[in-house]
Amino acid sequence: MKFSTEFRDPDAAKALLGEIARLCDDMGRSADNPLHIMEICGGHTHSIFRFGLDKLIHAGVEFIHGPGCPVCVLPMSRVDECVELAENPDVIFTTFGDAMRVPGTQKSLLQAKAAGADIRMVYSPLDALELARRNPDRQVVFFGLGFETTTPSTALSIQQAAREGLENFTVFCNHITVPEPIKALLDDPYMVLDGFIGPGHVSMVIGIHPYDFIAQDYKKPIAVAGFEPLDLLQSVLMVLRQIAAGEARVENQYARVVPEHGNPVSMAAIADVYERRPSFEWRGLGEIDASGLRIREKYRAYDAEEKFNIGYAAGPRKTPEVEGCDCGKVMTGRIKPTACPQFGKGCTPETPLGALMVSSEGACAAYWQYGGARGVAAAE
Amino acid sequence: MCLGIPGKIIEITDTTRLMAMAEVSGVRREVSVAPIVTGALADVVGQWALIHVGFAMAVIDEEEAARTLDALRTLGEAQETLEAMADGDAALAGPTEVEGAA
Repeated sequence: MKFSTEFRDPDAAKALLGEIARLCDDMGRSADNPLHIMEICGGHTHSIFRFGLDKLIHAGVEFIHGPGCPVCVLPMSRVDECVELAENPDVIFTTFGDAMRVPGTQKSLLQAKAAGADIRMVYSPLDALELARRNPDRQVVFFGLGFETTTPSTALSIQQAAREGLENFTVFCNHITVPEPIKALLDDPYMVLDGFIGPGHVSMVIGIHPYDFIAQDYKKPIAVAGFEPLDLLQSVLMVLRQIAAGEARVENQYARVVPEHGNPVSMAAIADVYERRPSFEWRGLGEIDASGLRIREKYRAYDAEEKFNIGYAAGPRKTPEVEGCDCGKVMTGRIKPTACPQFGKGCTPETPLGALMVSSEGACAAYWQYGGARGVAAAE
Repeated sequence: MCLGIPGKIIEITDTTRLMAMAEVSGVRREVSVAPIVTGALADVVGQWALIHVGFAMAVIDEEEAARTLDALRTLGEAQETLEAMADGDAALAGPTEVEGAA
């Protein structure tokens, strides 16, 4: 690792790594009995690998990669429903580019587009709104995807559509929330987690109090972090200090961006437009109670599930996951990506079998990009 | 998609819809400033903000903006976001061809 060129402040990084090492030694932590620290956010996973933090840090800290990559946790059934919507000749289907290559049962959105479906990659739901204005004779469906970071964008777009009385704009809502899967992981008796690195940009929207249960009910420390390498090292140190002191609190390492109570405008828009589904299906994790959002009755005209009678609106549904894929075990941190029989063989970024290989925020893609060949060689 | 990108708010473009022109890494893009307006709309002009999928989500200072942009460039996310913005512009023009579809 080239400290001088990769790190903005190499001396600060070295000092943090040294302090982390000292604490690990004090607590008798080593590669044989490491502390398991889960970084929830896929952006953090990407950053950890890009900057080689997993290798620089003392062996007494093991990063467990969490479920915070919205593309990666999207079940195949939802991709299939996207394809079905997109193949409707009345529809212009709009999506973030990240979702294009996620495999469905039959095909991905990219393959559907190649076969003639009118699918357009957009940067923002505002692009989809503009498409609806310009194409009054077509139905514009926006694929609403993401955690609390992107949820305000679709909520505000639906409110705007309602103000304009747009009748040809709907959202296929797949928004999910961070705290519920974390609770599910903490309730899993097979999971051993000693602390958490909390997501920065999700917390910018929701604030830090939705994580109180992690400290209060489960007695685990959590530090909300920025995604620069120094942010991550500092937040690991915060968590380690709490563990060493036998404490469990919610700390905010990223206070320069994350307000304690989040962003009020965004929270109000989310509350106005969305309500919780009883449960929502996650790839690899199954159905998790209250972990997904749906569009409220008063905005029903903007709900693609209702308008096209698809997804949860069409009744109970379940699709199998790819056989031989261990996405679920990787997602819950039970195995490393390299331990999956398909890693680097049937499943590569070019031909992903599972969604963890698709997005740069997915653990498998991160392993592949920053040490994939090494990882496969080691696994063989 | 989840990592925002810093942009500077240049001018208000639509006072009703709370839209403004932002400059993101040399590229101009119209964004919603609704989440960061706490007082007079004009007050956001000249501010740096973290922009997520077309919405200014948090006001940040100039130094934070520069550091964040550095980190995003190293992660390859800055380029990805700018490409996504270009994709968005292309999408408004009409159906696009698929490159490299399997």
